[in-house]
Amino acid sequence: MKARVHITLKPAVLDPQGKAIAHALSGLGFDGVKDVRQGKYIEIELAPGDPKQAEARVRSMCERLLANPIVETYTIEMSA
Amino acid sequence: MKSAVIVFPGSNRERDAAAALAAFGAPPALVWHRDHELPRSDLILIPGGFSYGDYLRAGAMAANSPIMGAVKAFAEKGGPVLAICNGYQIACEAGLLDGALTRNASLHFECRDVHLLVEGKPTPWTRGIPAGRILRIPIAHAEGRFVHPNVDALEKEGRVVFRYVDPTGGAGEGANPNGSVANIAGTCNARGNVVGLMPHPERASEAVLGSDDGKMLFASLLAEMGRRV
Repeated sequence: MKARVHITLKPAVLDPQGKAIAHALSGLGFDGVKDVRQGKYIEIELAPGDPKQAEARVRSMCERLLANPIVETYTIEMSA
Repeated sequence: MKSAVIVFPGSNRERDAAAALAAFGAPPALVWHRDHELPRSDLILIPGGFSYGDYLRAGAMAANSPIMGAVKAFAEKGGPVLAICNGYQIACEAGLLDGALTRNASLHFECRDVHLLVEGKPTPWTRGIPAGRILRIPIAHAEGRFVHPNVDALEKEGRVVFRYVDPTGGAGEGANPNGSVANIAGTCNARGNVVGLMPHPERASEAVLGSDDGKMLFASLLAEMGRRV
């Protein structure tokens, strides 16, 4: 079983890296880039088991380590 | 007086911290992050550096090290803890202090002297510093932009202990090296015994280093402990 976790800064939190990327893209001539937000993507291989329980465990991983709930949000996608 | 400095893989300011503490008669035990127990200590210092290479988020991995359980227990009993730079990031990640430290708005690694106004509630580390005193102390960080979900409450409780100011004490945008909300450079917990800051007092603890203003934090704590400096 696999969990795919996306972690992004909350919309209200300034993302200077995203701003720098947007700036670089327009420097390369890509017009119409209105905004860029950079995040993290984490893949977790899990031992087979109950998918509901597994997702709950991944949620707990996000709360305790993978994301900082003060400044970040996350989404979890489970697959076999 | 006995002190302890916690060392993580990637810490790099533990020896400066040890020298600063030794100069005040408190040569520390350096405690490895995998230990579960602290030696008997009157104070704990969490030093700067790049613990775990800043993997995931600065301080996130170190915050879950085995020794942090003992550090939290020490803090809960009211023991004085000073968390500097990466130590501040670790303390926030570990929940010893509120808030988070994010990438500098400038995107640069900021390495220079800054001016700090000491304010807020009295803490063991700042009680001995005259009110309104401005300290000149270096910073060296890429992730020092302080973010907090309720800055007003933090301010009201007097938990903003250090603020970036210009040499005359003005807290304008120009004095803010990293984009921290309200120019916040350092904070304390509700009880005041845990203090964290991004600037490096241990690197400004001898005149030969360009400033010895950082000594005032260590002097304050020693005075608190009833020792002569």
